[in-house]
Amino acid sequence: MSPAGADGGPELVQLLTPEGERVEHRDYALDLTDEEYRGLYRDLVLVRRIDAEATALQRQGELGLWASLLGQEAAQVGAGRAMQPGDFAFPTYREHGVAWCRGVDPLTLLGLFRGTTNGGWDPHEHGFALYTIVIGDQCPHAVGHAMGALWDGGGDATMVFFGDGASSQGDVNESFIWASVFNAPVVFFCQNNQWAISEPLERQTRIPLYRRAAGFGFPGVRVDGNDVLATLAVSRDAMARARDGQGPMLVEAFTYRMGAHTTSDDPTRYRLAGDVESWKLRDPIERLRAFLHRQQLVDGGFFESLDAEAEALAVRLRAGVRALPDPGPLSMFDHVYADPHPLVEEERAAFGAYLASFADAPGGGH
Amino acid sequence: MAETLTLGKALNLGLRRALEQDPKVVLLGEDIGKLGGVFRITDGLQKDFGEHRVVDAPLAESSIAGAAVGLAIRGFRPVIEIQFDGFVFPAFDQITTQIAKMHARSDGKVPMPITIRIPYGGGIGAVEHHSESPEAYFAHTAGLRVVTPSSPADAHWMVQQAIAANDPVVFFEPKRRYWDKADADDVLDPAHASYPYDRARVARPGEDVTVACYGPMVRTCLEAAEAAAGEGCDVEVIDLRSISPLDVDAVAHSVDKTGRLVVVHEAPVFLGLGAELAARVTERCFYALEAPVLRVGGFHTPYPPSRVEKLYLPDLDRVLDAVDRVLAY
Repeated sequence: MSPAGADGGPELVQLLTPEGERVEHRDYALDLTDEEYRGLYRDLVLVRRIDAEATALQRQGELGLWASLLGQEAAQVGAGRAMQPGDFAFPTYREHGVAWCRGVDPLTLLGLFRGTTNGGWDPHEHGFALYTIVIGDQCPHAVGHAMGALWDGGGDATMVFFGDGASSQGDVNESFIWASVFNAPVVFFCQNNQWAISEPLERQTRIPLYRRAAGFGFPGVRVDGNDVLATLAVSRDAMARARDGQGPMLVEAFTYRMGAHTTSDDPTRYRLAGDVESWKLRDPIERLRAFLHRQQLVDGGFFESLDAEAEALAVRLRAGVRALPDPGPLSMFDHVYADPHPLVEEERAAFGAYLASFADAPGGGH
Repeated sequence: MAETLTLGKALNLGLRRALEQDPKVVLLGEDIGKLGGVFRITDGLQKDFGEHRVVDAPLAESSIAGAAVGLAIRGFRPVIEIQFDGFVFPAFDQITTQIAKMHARSDGKVPMPITIRIPYGGGIGAVEHHSESPEAYFAHTAGLRVVTPSSPADAHWMVQQAIAANDPVVFFEPKRRYWDKADADDVLDPAHASYPYDRARVARPGEDVTVACYGPMVRTCLEAAEAAAGEGCDVEVIDLRSISPLDVDAVAHSVDKTGRLVVVHEAPVFLGLGAELAARVTERCFYALEAPVLRVGGFHTPYPPSRVEKLYLPDLDRVLDAVDRVLAY
């Protein structure tokens, strides 16, 4: 069996067709209020706007790099909105939609890509760990965190994000084993966006990724990652199972990276424009918009005011990112250790004195 | 005869006290539960503290270190055991890219109070990958502390200090000294607790030559100093105890007096701790030095088969040879 298949195959859990038609699934029911449907749509639109603005800011030289989530909004919002306040998420570097759901100010996300910080937010405040750039490294963190819930009786569940490329990493596979043998309350949320920079899914696997879970001894499910209703329903179910003591689960959100890997990448060198075009027909926002219309859940004013909100958010990001202060010249010496470390203090003092020696130079100082 | 404790048992009792004193301390490692670890350092701890405090981990070093990160984020104080020095490398990524950096990148909001115990060094006739001294790799990484005890008392107290520290500490245990004994009353004397775990100490005072060493080499250097004393040479032996931070003050203070320094470690000489110490002491004690700083250590070879490890490992004669050479200037 091919690991992908153009449409995700017969096992794909879908609650909303690409045309915006609500369909039922035998295992996953979802009953939302009108307000909740509109809320999900708002999330998708604002997250895409954040992403578009960040890409533009990179092109304008305000960010050194940006990893776009274009196309993956529904996977991330569905997963993010399935989490409860006491839960904890471990992201890669592309989980801007999850960050949004966890209440992280998008401006703080930009600091990492502008180069003003290597972190940016308080993980404890948001239940959202710092971005992890080494591929797959966050998975053992999530398992440890989830094992801790078994030992301290926290009752929470942990969700960890990774991609199809990361599924080849040792740390990810080790994490499956740990989660399985300790029955840890962790949900492995794999966004299969079909591409690991230039390498297609077929270079990472011969079987659909969700099926790997069976070999590790826990369930796996493939969900339409461009269907926010399905990702929400499946993620809620997986998190509830975890909280309920039924152990880990692998969710493969079948989606597509519509943009480049990052702003430094050139996908025209390795993939066909036609593939991207066909995935445009499965756009996560368009199908929910069609559903809202079809169900008459919105009026014209809703879209207008949402557009205005998105534009205001973009304006705030533009102004905010330019106003992000550069770190102070000696700030790199801060927090290297929690307890005093004489070498760091010695180097801070020496470098500070060196910098200060220029203060009297004509036009000098740093 | 007074009761004695081995270094291994002193460690065991130190871990026991840490488990007793802080319910957030958890031990993770391979074979550390029922077996008590391949060196029995965790002997009896799982029986007394339970499977949730002393956890037999899957055989996966990277995720032993990685799981410790998640536990630390949650407020636990993990103590992980890497079974042998040569097995730490699968965990090297998690230790250097995640554990070491988390406190800095979170602006101090996410400390990593993780202790990474690693039996290290040779001299026990072991197979490949069981006799190495990889401390320099870790000391080279900002965010990690690297310490190593040489005596039962230090093992007992330093392991508790490492666990209580708010930073990640790579705790190298001199495995061939696990069976060294000391008076139990002295080992357990709480007065030791007030001496910082990141400071050197003078293991033997002397006037003529300073020998700086750590871990398994301290005993070797003390024996060399005894031999040198028989020939009228008064060697001061400094047990560094901590590699990061490095107590340069203690060594410089000694070299200001002796004017001569030999650094001894099992790890390869090239880019080892001796190189760092030589550079720093040269900078600090340039006018006091009567001779170049000499180094004694492992060669730029893989750790050799055990039948010839005696030739690879610095011994009394090689230390004395360096002492003689440094005195010849």
